[in-house]
Amino acid sequence: MTDVLAVADHRRGELRDVSYEVITAGRQLADDTGGDLHVAVISGTVDKFGEKLNREGVDAVHTVDHGEEFNHDVYTQVLTQLYDDLAPQYVLAPNSVNGLDYAPAVANALDLPIVTDTVGLETDGETLVATREMYGGKVEVTTELEGTAVATIRGAEWSGAEGTGDASIEAFDAEIDEDAVGSTVTGFEEVGGGDVDISEADVLVSVGRGIEEEENLEIIHELADALDATVSSSRPIVDSGWLPKNRQVGQSGKVVTPDVYIAIGISGAVQHVAGMKGSDTIVAINTDPNAPIMDIADYAIHDDLFDVVPALTEEFGG
Amino acid sequence: MKILVTVKEVSTVEDEFEIEGTSIAEQYLGADLNEWDDYAVEEAVQIQEAGIADEVVTVTIGPEDCEQTIRQALAKGADRAIRVWDDSLEGVDVLDVGAKTEILRAVVEAEDPDLVLTGVQSGDDSWGATGVSLAEELGFEWAAVVNHLEHDFEDDRAAVRRELEGGVEELTEVELPAALTIQTGINEPRYASLRGIRQAQRKELDVQTLADLGVDESTIEGDVTLTEMYEPESETDATVWEGSAEETASELGELLREKGVAP
Ligand SMILES: Cc1cc2nc3c(=O)[nH]c(=O)nc-3n(C[C@H](O)[C@H](O)[C@H](O)COP(=O)(O)OP(=O)(O)OC[C@H]3O[C@@H](n4cnc5c(N)ncnc54)[C@H](O)[C@@H]3O)c2cc1C
Repeated sequence: MTDVLAVADHRRGELRDVSYEVITAGRQLADDTGGDLHVAVISGTVDKFGEKLNREGVDAVHTVDHGEEFNHDVYTQVLTQLYDDLAPQYVLAPNSVNGLDYAPAVANALDLPIVTDTVGLETDGETLVATREMYGGKVEVTTELEGTAVATIRGAEWSGAEGTGDASIEAFDAEIDEDAVGSTVTGFEEVGGGDVDISEADVLVSVGRGIEEEENLEIIHELADALDATVSSSRPIVDSGWLPKNRQVGQSGKVVTPDVYIAIGISGAVQHVAGMKGSDTIVAINTDPNAPIMDIADYAIHDDLFDVVPALTEEFGG
Repeated sequence: MKILVTVKEVSTVEDEFEIEGTSIAEQYLGADLNEWDDYAVEEAVQIQEAGIADEVVTVTIGPEDCEQTIRQALAKGADRAIRVWDDSLEGVDVLDVGAKTEILRAVVEAEDPDLVLTGVQSGDDSWGATGVSLAEELGFEWAAVVNHLEHDFEDDRAAVRRELEGGVEELTEVELPAALTIQTGINEPRYASLRGIRQAQRKELDVQTLADLGVDESTIEGDVTLTEMYEPESETDATVWEGSAEETASELGELLREKGVAP
């Protein structure tokens, strides 16, 4: 029997969607060999969270009422204690920014191997077979881990657990050593505001690293002008300071759902796709026919953007 | 203050490639300084230029081939470099997080830095876990996905911003010594100057084996084995427009007009 301990993610009073996804992934793993699924929720309004996490397939929810927000030292202490108490075979965490801030520490503290950003998980009770991507999604690999392990799961790969379960909801009495808490969260700030809201646009002309140089952005602006569309981008363009933060689409930028999203020289990394996959129609212009963006594109042009973009601008009299 | 920066040479893959066993065939691979580490090096060098750090040391696990990449970091301003390699690492196909943690722990203990900067992840295998794992191993504090770092280190604390999802940043203070995983965009990495490149050739690049570091060979065997590599099945059902740029542009133009979104 392989019991699984899944860890919920929340922020500023709300459980994040991936909390329900980690339940689904955990349930599937536990089902592989008929084990139990435990869910841990740490800090915040844990009673409220505990009720919500009682979805179909959950056997027990363990709540730890300590502080309001995520703190990795607290999470690491609690999870190592819960692990000792429950002795699960697998600890599953979301591959979120906070997941990456505690899961590796928990694994190391428990002397367990870790596999991150998994998109598939299976077990026969002995070996964990984890599927993940390498080289920005160009290839997939399967990796095997023997015995107990920690795994993080990629967001939106598993569907969120639904329904109501009949889990026991119990407060776990963790002992927090405050002297070992060496980090303090002092606040949050929303970034990426300003005059333009790309999430309001009907058509986005979105540019990626394929544009190569800042000067070349000119052809993107010309196209957007000709189409009366808004310019957005992938992360590297904002990182380079070529466009302001409020133009960034993706996990750490904006989520957009325009009528038409034209991805120009964007490979379609998972963190980018998280921000635009809900677009009505997706058009990809990319020299690489195997770029991951093609998986979600409705229309594709496998050609050089430096040829196609000016031709399109001309098409609209620009 | 002394800063240690982990620097990795990552493999890059051409658009068209072939898989041999559980790796990509050599001829389709290129090499580059890991994008995230480039930002980490820049951050360390800026802290030094501000007169706060006295020394910036890089550490790399990798064969001799990657010395050119290491010299790139030295050319950007790091003072000296350590490269760890060992015959026993030659045949290892996944150097897992636990193994990297063990090796880097030995280097950190020998160097005794106040701050360790790593990239959030490496662009090739994207584990995204080594920095935090290493911090836990050392008993250091840490912060993952840092996109801003105050350079004053008042009261022996690092004031950072962690970039969370959805345009929200977390403001956090961590006690030193600490390991921070650096996110792209935290600064603007410089290009190495010609002078920097020349100087880099003369900077110390110290090579250490596992035995030199007192790391037991058995720790690097790791618990993670790679059993398969394949190209993901394409899920595309996109309509592909073919022809000259004018032809494909006119197809796209027509679509936009059909959708009623073109002027
Ligand atoms: C914690 C975290 C958060 C992140 N958040 C975000 C986020 O919010 N948004 C985001 O976008 N990324 C984010 N990223 C980064 C992400 O992983 C990718 O690195 C990034 O999206 C890549 O951007 P790109 O597609 O523009 O560049 P690349 O991946 O370099 O792709 C460039 C593409 O251009 C194509 N190309 C090159 N030349 C031409 C040409 N002449 N004509 C046509 N096509 C061409 C290439 O074939 C390639 O597909 C995040 C990463 C991490 C680790």
